[in-house]
Amino acid sequence: MKIRKKIREDDTALQMTPMIDIVFQLLVFFIMTFKIVLPEGDFNIRMPPPATQQSSPPDTSPTLTLRMTAGTDGALSSLKLGDRSFDDAGGTTAFDKLRGYIIDLVNDEGGPGTASDREVELECDYDLDYEHVIQAITAVSGYIKDGQRYKLIERIRFAPPVE
Amino acid sequence: MTPMIDMVFQLIAFFMVLINFSEVEQDQRVNLPLSELAKPPEVAYEKPITLQMTEDEGIILNAGGTDLLTIDELRIALKREAQIIRAAGKDVRLSDVTVIVRADKNARTGMVQEMIEAAQDAEFETFALRGQQADVQLRTDEQR
Repeated sequence: MKIRKKIREDDTALQMTPMIDIVFQLLVFFIMTFKIVLPEGDFNIRMPPPATQQSSPPDTSPTLTLRMTAGTDGALSSLKLGDRSFDDAGGTTAFDKLRGYIIDLVNDEGGPGTASDREVELECDYDLDYEHVIQAITAVSGYIKDGQRYKLIERIRFAPPVE
Repeated sequence: MTPMIDMVFQLIAFFMVLINFSEVEQDQRVNLPLSELAKPPEVAYEKPITLQMTEDEGIILNAGGTDLLTIDELRIALKREAQIIRAAGKDVRLSDVTVIVRADKNARTGMVQEMIEAAQDAEFETFALRGQQADVQLRTDEQR
């Protein structure tokens, strides 16, 4: 019996062309399906239905009411916390002023860096752009200073929209 | 040849790592409002329901769904959803279900609140208002 010893060596070279074809196909696929997605985050709010809300004991600290009215096209026309109103004058936005006021309020009550157990009620016009609601919640619920996140008032409630 | 293949493989690896198949709930029809404080949830919600509202105030209940619901249709759908959860047993309570609200920044607040109210009617209690993270440097720092 003959034993074949001769090993063909000329075929062992790696076939480059098909591999590059496939690799380019993969590359094109991933480039086409690539899209930049910005991270999304949440504001967590507990809103039990009105029926159970009545049975809860009344709060010791008064609720702050944030009134937002809409101008034309759902733009924000006025921002009021209680009797105090905030506007865009002086190079800072109304929401920045609101945050400054809330920071003072919270710091006076519990010292810097402590979250308040107060509650903010948002009373918005029906036609107001939703964007401003998130801006208001952002201004009220906390701030970032030197990369550090500080909490302000995190209990937020919605009043029925004003027609 | 070899350096080119090296580069191409690097590129493939780069795009493979960055590709995101899991974000099916993000709908391109919704432009979220920006907020620098919106923080991604630390643990994934146990049983989320995502309600999305487009700029034209159509509601998308099931992620990836193509049909837009009205408020009345949403009420019926949410009641049904609540019944299914209740029937599923005692491990999941309705108050533990998180309703994620993804509303377009140009939607009217009143409509968003009606959507939330519809969920409250179906006895959902925990809500998460979703915003897109923005790197806005707060100007309050310099003032104070």
